[in-house]
Amino acid sequence: MSFPAILVLEDGSVLEGMGFGAKEPAVGEIVFNTSMSGYQEIITDPSYAKQIIAFTHPHIGNTGINDEDNESDEIVASGIVIKDLPSHFSNWRATQSLESFLESKKTIGISNIDTRALTAKLRDHGSVKACITTNDSSSLSKANQALDKFDGLEGLDLAKEVSTKKSFSWDEGTWPNYEQTKNEKLIVAVDFGVKKNILRLLRKHVGKVQVVNAQISFEELMSLKPDGVFLSNGPGDPEPCNYAIELIQQLLNINMPIFGICLGHQLLALSGGCKTYKMKFGHHGANHPVQDLESKVVYITSQNHGFAVDLSSLPENIEPTHVSLFDQSLQGIAFKDKPAFSFQGHPEASPGPHELEELFTKFYSMIKNNAKKN
Amino acid sequence: MPKRTDIKSVLIIGAGPIIIGQACEFDYSGAQACKALKAEGFRVILVNSNPATIMTDPLLADATYIEPIHWKSIEKIIDKERPDALLPTMGGQTGLNTALTLAKEGVLKKYNVELIGASREAIDKAEDRELFDKTMKGIGIETPRSGIAHSMEEALSVQKSLGFPCIIRPSFTLGGSGGGVAYNIQEFKEICEKGLDLSPTTELLIDESLLGWKEYELEVVRDKNDNCIIICSIENLDPMGVHTGDSITVAPAQTLTDKEYQILRDQSFKILREIGVETGGSNVQFGINPENGRVIVIEMNPRVSRSSALASKATGFPIAKVAALLSVGFTLDELQNDITNGLTPASFEPSIDYIVTKIPKFAFEKFPQANDRLTTQMKSVGEVMGIGRTFQESLQKALQSLEEDLNGFERILDDTSNQNETLRYQLTFPGSRRILYIGDAIRLGWDADQLNQLTGIDFWFLQQIIDLVDEENILQDTKLQEIDFHKMLNLKQKGFADHRIAKLTKSTAQDVRDLRKKLGVMPSFKRVDTCAAEFATETAYMYSTYEGECESRPTNNKKVIVLGSGPNRIGQGIEFDYCCVHASFALQEEGYESIMINCNPETVSTDYDTSNRLYFEPITEEKVLDIIDLERPEGVIIQFGGQTPLKLAETLLSNNVTILGTDVDAIDRSEDRERFQSLAHQLNLKQPPNSTVKNLGEALQMSEEIGFPIVVRPSYVLGGRAMELVHTQAELEKYLKEAVEVSDQKPILLDGYLTDAIEVDVDVISDGSDIEIGGILQHIEQAGIHSGDSACSLPPYSLSKKAIKEIESQAKKIAKELNVIGLMNIHLHNLKLLLMNQMRHQEEQLIYKTLCIYLQTHQIFELFPVQQFLQVSNFLQVTFLFFSQHL
Repeated sequence: MSFPAILVLEDGSVLEGMGFGAKEPAVGEIVFNTSMSGYQEIITDPSYAKQIIAFTHPHIGNTGINDEDNESDEIVASGIVIKDLPSHFSNWRATQSLESFLESKKTIGISNIDTRALTAKLRDHGSVKACITTNDSSSLSKANQALDKFDGLEGLDLAKEVSTKKSFSWDEGTWPNYEQTKNEKLIVAVDFGVKKNILRLLRKHVGKVQVVNAQISFEELMSLKPDGVFLSNGPGDPEPCNYAIELIQQLLNINMPIFGICLGHQLLALSGGCKTYKMKFGHHGANHPVQDLESKVVYITSQNHGFAVDLSSLPENIEPTHVSLFDQSLQGIAFKDKPAFSFQGHPEASPGPHELEELFTKFYSMIKNNAKKN
Repeated sequence: MPKRTDIKSVLIIGAGPIIIGQACEFDYSGAQACKALKAEGFRVILVNSNPATIMTDPLLADATYIEPIHWKSIEKIIDKERPDALLPTMGGQTGLNTALTLAKEGVLKKYNVELIGASREAIDKAEDRELFDKTMKGIGIETPRSGIAHSMEEALSVQKSLGFPCIIRPSFTLGGSGGGVAYNIQEFKEICEKGLDLSPTTELLIDESLLGWKEYELEVVRDKNDNCIIICSIENLDPMGVHTGDSITVAPAQTLTDKEYQILRDQSFKILREIGVETGGSNVQFGINPENGRVIVIEMNPRVSRSSALASKATGFPIAKVAALLSVGFTLDELQNDITNGLTPASFEPSIDYIVTKIPKFAFEKFPQANDRLTTQMKSVGEVMGIGRTFQESLQKALQSLEEDLNGFERILDDTSNQNETLRYQLTFPGSRRILYIGDAIRLGWDADQLNQLTGIDFWFLQQIIDLVDEENILQDTKLQEIDFHKMLNLKQKGFADHRIAKLTKSTAQDVRDLRKKLGVMPSFKRVDTCAAEFATETAYMYSTYEGECESRPTNNKKVIVLGSGPNRIGQGIEFDYCCVHASFALQEEGYESIMINCNPETVSTDYDTSNRLYFEPITEEKVLDIIDLERPEGVIIQFGGQTPLKLAETLLSNNVTILGTDVDAIDRSEDRERFQSLAHQLNLKQPPNSTVKNLGEALQMSEEIGFPIVVRPSYVLGGRAMELVHTQAELEKYLKEAVEVSDQKPILLDGYLTDAIEVDVDVISDGSDIEIGGILQHIEQAGIHSGDSACSLPPYSLSKKAIKEIESQAKKIAKELNVIGLMNIHLHNLKLLLMNQMRHQEEQLIYKTLCIYLQTHQIFELFPVQQFLQVSNFLQVTFLFFSQHL
């Protein structure tokens, strides 16, 4: 059942709407996402920790929620902001409504918001802190208190919070037939907030997959005898993740094949001596053109990041491989002297285009070549 | 890879006459292609037999040939012009087929002309059903189980393996013409016979029935670097079984998860690559089994189409323009996205933050003998598009745009005893108004399960419609005064028109408008920007909604609003759009800001760069007044858009809006039969014996005075709708009882039918003081054939100088009496007046094109006196207007 709710922004504006899902207030940095499909994947993406997602597509919830499309077991985003929640959902795979899913995961959503005006505001002024809460007499002052307490994402290491506590192996390929590769290579995926579809694609294209905690030691990792290491996506600021940067530097030293995505890309760059910065409102959508600097081919990519690697900070031994055609920001790097590369966007899609799935096969080739060399 | 330098000149083939399944979307695509290529310095040679098009305007191409679109006449043009390349993808199926013939006849090879955009092999692979099927199997993409037949025996044996119902499509025909769904052997044989006859290759593809499956279409653009992007996904509300051109469609797709959508996206690219569409726009159609998600590819078109026009208007991405540039070597990353002022490249996928609904327009009332059930053969004559922030809003806006006196989900079910039977029939065998019958079924308490079972329409859409009808039911028990701010806002956000709210609350639209204003519920305007507000845009392409921030930002410039012509219909095609576009251009040349309001996605007028500002809105009293309130223009031009805007004249005047051009009363004097008769009488002009009658008794009495045969029609008609020739009193009686409604408000006209009369059309332009004759067109058929359907000759071929002088003098007399400012068109038979319209008609484009003079529309304003612009033309040109009656 829906209930009156408000969306309070850092700048003091208060937007009235209808709440749905759980009634617990949500606080986070508010970002807009321009994907027209894939809300289920987006809200369960661990990279959205401590963020409130405003969807630009007006109807969210049309296809309900199914048992196959989650990117993690939880709704990781703090809350969601939409224009319209349809009263009914329809899809042959759906098992429940978006509303009931939010309720079961104790997450609040707010509808009837002019998400277009909100997007324009975020575009012009940058991401801001926001709070969604029920609309009653004391809620506004509580929301403002909560906003005061929340310091934003800069300097915040969220990866270690969302990372898996226990190491586990991953055995499933991608939807719909979950095919797996017959390769016996072992990939250790360091979990900074990994999306399931990355694990599925590693299993489909690269080899066996073992997922480990973000703060794993070099020795412990090496004891698993990996053929390659994958650095996952994840939430928050990469800079405070010293443990990860140290680990990666050690891996680079021994020429371990490395592939990083999103936060993993930023961490790999930091390990190589690059700098990162917080973007104005980030990239969140599934229509971003990214150019391969060598082939000049343009890929439409899925993107979700609020921090980026500074293109001008690249040292001699790291070359840029991809740039965004929206803002010319850096989208991919490769080490010239090491078997390591990374990509800022999301080649695992989910949601979004599949064009860059080839990066996973590229990772496999890199591992194979590396094995030959040794 | 920048543009090619080895190509200097490009030949573009237009689509020819407007026919069912091929309307003005190809004027839109051809005009965009001409403009784009010319701007890049290419010599553009255009051939199109249809003069009523923007693309054949003298300035658009470097050389324009108004010649039949046949390979032999095009060979002559190629011989003369020696183009380096031929772009075949802008002229619909006609352009593509003709290009293919030119290739097959060896013409292209002989003159060394390169096909750009789509190769001969690619066209063959996409259009030849058998080859397409084989190609798809080769890349592991499922197509319907099917068989090919070249004779009736083969057809029967294929049918045996597929069962009933099955779908029959002839190869290489336009809009699936000749195709159909057969439920039994008799229907099967009938359709096959016709199809074998119609297919130029005597070939039929017979498919397993996917009736009731979900249907989708993806608009794809590819460049020579193999960059592929999806411009738009379109979901058909009407499931498989109804041609996509006849279906209500929605963009973007609403009922697919991302996983399912990405399958369609991946397959689209795979198909384009395999077919070999090197550059340009294509569309791919899919069917999805709603039970289990099984995906089947239905077809692909390796060219721009009506769906590309829709997708362009729905997203703001100019597909035809981009496709033309890609064909000459540009790549997507080298082209700018104009709508974001070049802030972003064209190599991205539009993200839209509104919903678009397209509803096709039909004309079954004009062809009572035609089968009015919708099948796989396209029958619509036009379409409208509604944009809203929700599906409900966009659907209701599209309904209001149709020009069928619909303000929303009007009740259309008769209060007869077998309502359930009627509904079951109408829902199961869709006609043009199934969507309204769904509303009626909901009113009778039918639930979503029943509706889904009969229609196959997805539950998501059905629930949205159920919600609208529920809302109406509540409204019916509400008094207007009881509606508060929140209720009113809620209703407007769901797209309810003031008129509909008025009808349900038993008040008037003006009452609703007044209340809305009092409550402060006014529309806000949002921009179509391709990027869901991620980037700022200055492009003023807008739609109304009821929500928060208004992005219209009207200027303080001198400005004029031009009202467009709404959907295409029989008797109102592209010619009105032509006039509106020229009005807009002329205004801009004279330093005015031009503002266009229209709702037809196929047109040039709804290109975001035709006018300074574009409001994509229904042309209704409510929406137009809302825009006028906001923009405060110096005036509104209504005389170029045909009947659609003319109907608003009275309302506009009563709201103190300045109407530019001919006085509204003068328009009424020419349109209203009785007033026109007295005008003719006053000017001492002859008319055929005629009369206006208001009931059957009068009709029978007057018919004796006039004498048979008699032409009968309702007053205020367009394109001869419901016009009939009757020979006896019995026929007249039948007509009045069955064909039309006759009343004091809706009088019927009787005209004596002139046998052996010569009919001419006269076009007159006047600024109020000077009056000039634009040209005299003599009809080749004798009077009685509607002028829009008769072939004409310019100059007249059998009139004496004296007769011509007399015609000119009569025409000037009328123009003077009516104080015409602008254009006027008069039909005369043997110097007897038959009918007069002040709108520009198809004939006028003909005059325009053949005399090659600019009847510049800005000369209609007092500021710009008419100059002596006529040149003597001493050549004879005959243009045959095309018939759409094969429907």
